[in-house]
Amino acid sequence: MNFDKEFDASGMSCPLPIVKTKKALADMESGKVLKVIATDVGAVKDMQAFADQTGNTLLASSEAGGKFVFFMKKK
Amino acid sequence: MTTKKMAIIATKGTLDMAYPPFILASTAAALGYEVQIFFTFYGLQLLRKDLSDVMISPLANPAMPMPIPMPVFVQMLPGMESMATMMMKQKLKKHGVASLEELREMCLDMDVKFVACQMTVDLFEFDKAEFIGNVEYAGASAFFGFAGETDICLFV
Repeated sequence: MNFDKEFDASGMSCPLPIVKTKKALADMESGKVLKVIATDVGAVKDMQAFADQTGNTLLASSEAGGKFVFFMKKK
Repeated sequence: MTTKKMAIIATKGTLDMAYPPFILASTAAALGYEVQIFFTFYGLQLLRKDLSDVMISPLANPAMPMPIPMPVFVQMLPGMESMATMMMKQKLKKHGVASLEELREMCLDMDVKFVACQMTVDLFEFDKAEFIGNVEYAGASAFFGFAGETDICLFV
């Protein structure tokens, strides 16, 4: 999947993945895609909840090599 | 979509009770909430510039998970509080949990408003110079102006 910006939240626990995702998205234009890598298991549900509550779109959520990868599109 | 609001009343100043207000506030702010935290009584300790004195005691904390069972007469020995605090901080770091300073900074960065209870600042004769700068000083009635309109209002 194409993305415009990447951010690695590996090793970070709640609430860092979400708070830093918000920060990374703030500098991006509408429609651009942010890729987030995380190791926090809670991030899976958190990222979906973040998308649902902020109007951003979680394009994909997957697991690869023990890490979780998310693609978030800015509204 | 109207902005949701959250108020937190933070009354505790130990390490374990310092995390919930800052984590909840920063998460809510990340989700688009307008957040205010009212710091009162021991919660005021969380407004100090230097947070290194925020500690946790093993004494009278039966719910605290311990690596080995610890009888009360051991819990109260000198140095046990520092040790418990150090162990907790190590655990937090190992699990990638942000430090209190970091979380507090993230809250302020996301426009969470900090309000300190004027009455308890005076009660404990705290010196405002020891607190961080971006704090408003007010009473409960003033805080209710915001708290009364919130979707979530929490007491910690």
